[in-house]
Amino acid sequence: MPGIIEADDLTKTYNDMVAVSHIRFCVKKGEIFGFLGPNGAGKTTTMRMIECVSPRTSGTLLVFGMDPDKNPAEIKQRIGVVPQETNLDLDFTCAGNLRTYARYFDIPLPEAEKRVENLLEFVALTEKRDVSIDKLSGGMKRRLILARALINNPDLLILDEPTIGLDPQARHLIWERLRLLQAQGHTIVLTTHYLDEAARLCDRLVIMDNGTFLIEGKPADLVRNQVGSEIVEMDNTPDVISCLAEMGVPYESLGDQIQVATGASRELAKTLLDRCKTSRVSTRPATLEDVFLKLTGRNLRE
Amino acid sequence: MPSIFSLPRVSRRAIKVWQRNLDVFWKTWKVNFFPPFIEALLYLTAIGLGIGTYVGAIDGVPYINYIAPAILAISVMNSAFFECTYGSYVRMYYQKSFDAIIATPLSIEDVIAGELLWGATRSVISVAIMLPVLVAFGVISLPFSLFAIPLAFLAGLTFAGLAMCFTAITPSIDTLNYPSFLFITPMMLFSGTFFPLSVLPAIFQYVALAVFPLTHLVALMRMATLPSAGTLLPLHLAWILTATVIFCVISINLMRRRLIV
Repeated sequence: MPGIIEADDLTKTYNDMVAVSHIRFCVKKGEIFGFLGPNGAGKTTTMRMIECVSPRTSGTLLVFGMDPDKNPAEIKQRIGVVPQETNLDLDFTCAGNLRTYARYFDIPLPEAEKRVENLLEFVALTEKRDVSIDKLSGGMKRRLILARALINNPDLLILDEPTIGLDPQARHLIWERLRLLQAQGHTIVLTTHYLDEAARLCDRLVIMDNGTFLIEGKPADLVRNQVGSEIVEMDNTPDVISCLAEMGVPYESLGDQIQVATGASRELAKTLLDRCKTSRVSTRPATLEDVFLKLTGRNLRE
Repeated sequence: MPSIFSLPRVSRRAIKVWQRNLDVFWKTWKVNFFPPFIEALLYLTAIGLGIGTYVGAIDGVPYINYIAPAILAISVMNSAFFECTYGSYVRMYYQKSFDAIIATPLSIEDVIAGELLWGATRSVISVAIMLPVLVAFGVISLPFSLFAIPLAFLAGLTFAGLAMCFTAITPSIDTLNYPSFLFITPMMLFSGTFFPLSVLPAIFQYVALAVFPLTHLVALMRMATLPSAGTLLPLHLAWILTATVIFCVISINLMRRRLIV
């Protein structure tokens, strides 16, 4: 079965700057597919190419089997977009925003009215239906944008950092809604900087940097294969370092901390406490964040 | 990259952008209806009756009747020009409305075409509000003056296209002041609006006829309101039509170049 999105050798350059370089991926129907990466990695550029608002420089890209250069309107009719930047229409109320957006998709008014009510309820904004946009909190605006992206009942939902700047309550609400949408058969593509979010939501994900993919896979597999199952952390002191070196344990030094990736954290922690002069040893499960930092480094980006 | 003269592919979806702007207009209709009404009253009283007392008549036409069509023409120009400069710029840059709309089946060409149609519609609305005032003053003749309405749409599109060209290349909202002060204001004064250009050195006439769309619009408006259709009617009309097509085509292509990267 062909994928919802198929990209091969996909490249985008702005003047001389290469934003996306020869990437290849396939998003299957019904899955949540994540794009992770530091700022400037090319995630948003990739989203914009899929959304048919930024033409690719080279390579092939098919969305629903159609070419964004040739059938943008047909593709856009079937996708919903949550952009990174909040771009609600300030001249309308919550319901007005959804109604106006419905018209862009040629949804007849009675049907649009029905969808507006359902969607406001879906994102818990029914009480705000006649409130103007500038009276909404940041979380409400993001929820309204999610509702707006669903007005055409899209087969493919594209979310560019959907929970950016939200409080934990709002993030959980959005996550829950996204899983509900997946259960209803929607395909979802998202970018995020929150690795716990990616680990929770994504069936598969890629980590990007400098316009290329560093790795692709299921979150749990990536953690297991790249880092191992657990991390032992202790204070960064000369004693600890010489002790680890003596034992022949590979470690990573990160500021005031030493990290050791391992499959048997309890045993290692016990040995370290016995043999090394360390005041503090803690163990935790390895996460996607460990994979991310291992692959993209710790240097600050733009 | 397509040239700025290539014919843009605009679909009928452009009308949805026009509808969006109309919806916003109705929400604040009281604020929007007042200015043209007041403007017509002020011009007619101050310039028509006030200054007109000293001027008397121009070419046998009472001064207030002479400037009445100019008031309409200036209003056509200002409505479309300011809608498609400051208005469109705010929607494009500050409100990110265009970004939101092109994520739907509409293309950027549709969006800009809708904005241009809306600019022209603003001109029509202004003229429609002013006409009854001019009729009440008894300074225009019916029914020929009703031609001012389709004319407002056509010329409104000219000024909308012209304005959108500036909007497409302006680095910021402040630099939109340049075309307003360096182009629109001189055009308002030197297009045969308040006095015939023939009283100035010939060079003024040539410049006005060559580069000021308002010159042609004022001439056509005057033919409708006096009424006195002249032999130059087809020429003025042809100038406006040509300019409209050129400005609109270029503005859509420039906007595409600015927004689609």
